Amino acid sequence: MYAQMVKTGVDHIQSKEEMSPEERAFQDRVDQDIKIEPKEWMPEAYRKTLIRQISQHAHSEIIGMQPEGNWITRAPTLERKAILLAKVQDEAGHGLYLYCAAETLGVSRDELMEQLNSGKAKYSSIFNYPTLTWADIGAIGWLVDGAAIMNQVPLQRCSYGPYSRAMIRICKEESFHQRQGYDAMTKLARGTPEQKQMAQDALNRWWWPSLMMFGPSDAESVHSAQSMRWKIKINSNDELRQKFVDQTVPQAEYLGLTVPDPALKWNAERGHYDFGEVDWNEFYQVVAGNGPCNRDRLRTRVKAYEEGRWVRDAADAYAAKKAARAKAKAA
Amino acid sequence: MSGQEALFEYLLRLGDNTLILGHRLSEWCGHSPALEEDLALSNVALDLIGQTQLWLNLAGEIEGKGRDADKLAYLRDGRDFRNVLLVEQPNGDFAATMARQFYFDAWHYLLLRELTGSKEARIAEIAAKGLKEVTYHLERSQEWVLRLGDGTEESHRRMQTAIDDLWMYTGEMFESDAVDEAMVRDGIGPDPSSLHEPWLGLMRSTAEEATLTLPQPGWAQRGGKRGIHSEHLGYILADLQFLQRAYPNATW
Repeated sequence: MYAQMVKTGVDHIQSKEEMSPEERAFQDRVDQDIKIEPKEWMPEAYRKTLIRQISQHAHSEIIGMQPEGNWITRAPTLERKAILLAKVQDEAGHGLYLYCAAETLGVSRDELMEQLNSGKAKYSSIFNYPTLTWADIGAIGWLVDGAAIMNQVPLQRCSYGPYSRAMIRICKEESFHQRQGYDAMTKLARGTPEQKQMAQDALNRWWWPSLMMFGPSDAESVHSAQSMRWKIKINSNDELRQKFVDQTVPQAEYLGLTVPDPALKWNAERGHYDFGEVDWNEFYQVVAGNGPCNRDRLRTRVKAYEEGRWVRDAADAYAAKKAARAKAKAA
Repeated sequence: MSGQEALFEYLLRLGDNTLILGHRLSEWCGHSPALEEDLALSNVALDLIGQTQLWLNLAGEIEGKGRDADKLAYLRDGRDFRNVLLVEQPNGDFAATMARQFYFDAWHYLLLRELTGSKEARIAEIAAKGLKEVTYHLERSQEWVLRLGDGTEESHRRMQTAIDDLWMYTGEMFESDAVDEAMVRDGIGPDPSSLHEPWLGLMRSTAEEATLTLPQPGWAQRGGKRGIHSEHLGYILADLQFLQRAYPNATW
């Protein structure tokens, strides 16, 4: 999940009686599954929460280019290199759609980038872990994109039109990403003993951080309740995590790999896997900036942005000159 | 050198140019000046990697020793690479990358246009497919030379430095040797020197519009076409070939 613990700025859920006529009309539209479009009236808290959520998602796509980009030049075959490059390129594209969706809410891409670069804006905790071997690329596609899809598929139905439409495009590409990740893992799991070991090691390192992607339990969270009321969050974190575990464990078994959780067990009564407790202390540390790669990720992003400034300035200056010349010619 | 041997060498040159330049461009992914450029540079890199697969697979077929594109890309050492020195030059700043690209794209475009008429049908076919892609590459890199040359004072200075610094690597593209002569003789490829005038024409007109000064013809660095490279290539190969070298005979 690329947006974690998004705050809504509310302290309780309003009843319909407490709402103003505008708020009530808005909530009625949401309840009837009518999409909210940019020009329509919306509660300020809805607008702000969406900006936070969509930009956090966009930032995650952009920062997420780094751990995978780390292996583009070292991909083992020309085909794998092309697939990985295309995938990281898709992430840049997803970032673009999402920044555009956020812009419809009255914030510019530059403002959002500044928030990311200053460390004020968050992005998904998962991208603060390092990619140490080629198998990590497979594991990210399989697990990280798999977890992201769990959340993003329902968001295709979310109440805000531009976000919903961006999500429809993104989901098509994400499911391709997940398949290629699983395919890369399959090759390793069926490969030499060293390759199989590489695959198992990647699963060991990425399993728990993937479960953390869904965020801590939000059964009691007023923010989650409000977001669900607004239909910009569709399922609870625990529901999605369970769904992910249920889907992924048989895939690991098929690969002949072992999920690194001694408590993992099929529960016939519940019809779900039981699994162990996530180390939430680690999660909060990573979110607070203490993950293995937080500093590097942010520094790399800021460096690209700052070193690109003169190029963006030149493009603007050239466009202005060209427009002025065209105008002079026409006059 | 037999006709087959010359053809093999020639195909390696084509495939190694696109391989190494595609590799260099892929280094930008995630680090470029704007998201739009991450997309565009990756597109060009992907086109070049695709062309590499076609050229090197054909090279392997001509050689007839069971090597495919991956074996040729991942299991040769630097002395056996046949790309021109230009494409292995480091990315530098965005101006250096775009100057390198413009020098290469203009030549690549002219070359592929000639190769679409090659007597070797498979070469003509690959060239036709590549030409569509390279036409766009050239438009794009030319546009950036104009933007940066005629943008701000800083971008102008950087672009002028870039075209000056890379100029000495352009001469090699137009020099002929026994391989090129064999290609001309067999109607497979053009005489490289025949591409020089049209290339220079495009350089002059673009430099003028971009308010840049094109360097004077001078000493050309050469060697890439016969495997004498710059020090940069070894590091590219260390990256590129790491997994294939560390885990021999594994499939990925």
